[in-house]
Amino acid sequence: MNGRGSLLLLTAPALVLMALFLIGPLLAVVALSFTDYQLGAPSLSFVGIANYLEMTEDETVRISLANTLIYVGVVVPVSVALGLGAALLIEADPSLRGFYRAAYFLPVMATLIAMAIVWEFMLDARFGAVNMALKAIGLGPFDFLHDRKLVLFTLCGIGVWQSVGFNMVLFMAGLTAVPRELYEAAAVDGAGRGIERFRLVTWPMLGPVTLFTVVITAIRAFQVFDTVQVLTGGGPNKASEVLLHTIYAEAFNFFRNGYAAALVVVFLLFIMALSAVRLFVLDRRESRS
Amino acid sequence: MSGVRPGPLARVLRHLVLMTGTVAMLGPFVVMLMTSFKPKAEIFAPTFHLLPHSWGGTENYATALTQVPLLHFLLNGAIVTAAIFLLQVLVNVPAAYALAKRRFRGRDAMFATVLVCLLIPYQAIALPIYILFFSTGILNTYASLVLPFTISVFGIFLMRQFFLGVPDDLIDAARIDGMSEYRIVWGVMAPTAMPALVAFGIFSLVAHWNDYFWPLIAVAREELYTPPLGIAFLKQNGEGTAYGPLMAAATIVITPLVLAFLVAQRRFIEGITFTGLKG
Repeated sequence: MNGRGSLLLLTAPALVLMALFLIGPLLAVVALSFTDYQLGAPSLSFVGIANYLEMTEDETVRISLANTLIYVGVVVPVSVALGLGAALLIEADPSLRGFYRAAYFLPVMATLIAMAIVWEFMLDARFGAVNMALKAIGLGPFDFLHDRKLVLFTLCGIGVWQSVGFNMVLFMAGLTAVPRELYEAAAVDGAGRGIERFRLVTWPMLGPVTLFTVVITAIRAFQVFDTVQVLTGGGPNKASEVLLHTIYAEAFNFFRNGYAAALVVVFLLFIMALSAVRLFVLDRRESRS
Repeated sequence: MSGVRPGPLARVLRHLVLMTGTVAMLGPFVVMLMTSFKPKAEIFAPTFHLLPHSWGGTENYATALTQVPLLHFLLNGAIVTAAIFLLQVLVNVPAAYALAKRRFRGRDAMFATVLVCLLIPYQAIALPIYILFFSTGILNTYASLVLPFTISVFGIFLMRQFFLGVPDDLIDAARIDGMSEYRIVWGVMAPTAMPALVAFGIFSLVAHWNDYFWPLIAVAREELYTPPLGIAFLKQNGEGTAYGPLMAAATIVITPLVLAFLVAQRRFIEGITFTGLKG
């Protein structure tokens, strides 16, 4: 029972499902991107790189790509910096440590769709808590989700809110790995406290964790979809259109599946490039430990 | 961290900064809960006050539960997440064991494939799977919500790393005792991997309970809606701005996870972070 038969029993389900739901679809999406396939249409034909050429002239795609990059460009640095700050402050002293950790982590696991609707209510221009608070200090009102200039940054804000806690715990794991002797050595050298200690010991030791966190946050930010779909639908006037939402609309609202597949390939290239960095970092971490 | 406690001023400053952050982090949850208790007139009042002045909770929760079959959506969520996790364990644990502890031709190729698959974001392959399900008539079934996630290369990767650390002697002893490979997987390997399984379970549960993208594509029939679809449906279906019932529904949808999190905080944080390598 220890031979080929048992081996097949162990690996076959995973291999079949991997072919059916991962490798197959991956190849299919690339193949589809060179066709004019439409769901339910009787036939499809090979159109070469026509979909990709169309993309270069598609205004929506241009805006969508730019918005996605802005979203990633805002959410990644802000949420990584805040996550690092929260981790350092929380770990600096045992007082209320458990409470803070739980409070900052809660948004990570709460259902985003539900919380997006809560944010929509809080950001309402007339009776939302945020505008009422701003009014008290003489600002606003702002129509955060309907103002073309504000909407993307509002979504960034929700994205930051949701990912700070995630980054925080990644940094906390990194902090526990900093050898205590290094702090003692720094103290002997007169860099025992505060900023000096951070600059000389903590920050250099956190380098790999930071890179790792940046990459993961970027991958997650590239996949922004839920808040856009339920709060803005990409509007007003495409001001919050993002890549995954454009793909969703092309594929499942307009059923232009060939074109959507080409967009997916672009999306994939971004994610895979980031993922490759991630695997590289992981590999280095493992080989060092 | 360093053993040196910060001075009194620094300690006060620390609390000041962290409390400000806490207000931002927990604010939405508090507003959600308090609004779910308020009557309509108070929600749309020109001045904001956090605590309800009069009780509107009964009506809000009643509306949330009756306007859409919210409890049924929660049940769907439980069925789908449980089915996904169960099948993930059944499929991926044996494969992980084979990759970690069996020698066979093609093992390295299989593991390399797993690593490549780790890079694929599921939104990218949703379209072909949708077409596959459309043409086989599986769309709009529980199976369509579960099947694509039965393979978790991430689970395979995680469990393999864990199994690598299990001593070979343990397996050899089991083989000498005449145990079948399947008995070894479930009777010997799986129990040693409990911490990894729990962490993976929490990750899987949170990810699929909260997932919106795939259910949005795969099911159009209301009776199959999962909680995130249900709450989006309530938003479109109600007057859209009926925030009392919406906040009640949001509270109901996130409560199971939040309670589980508060009970097993450390395990949740471990589960979701060390699975951080998943995008």
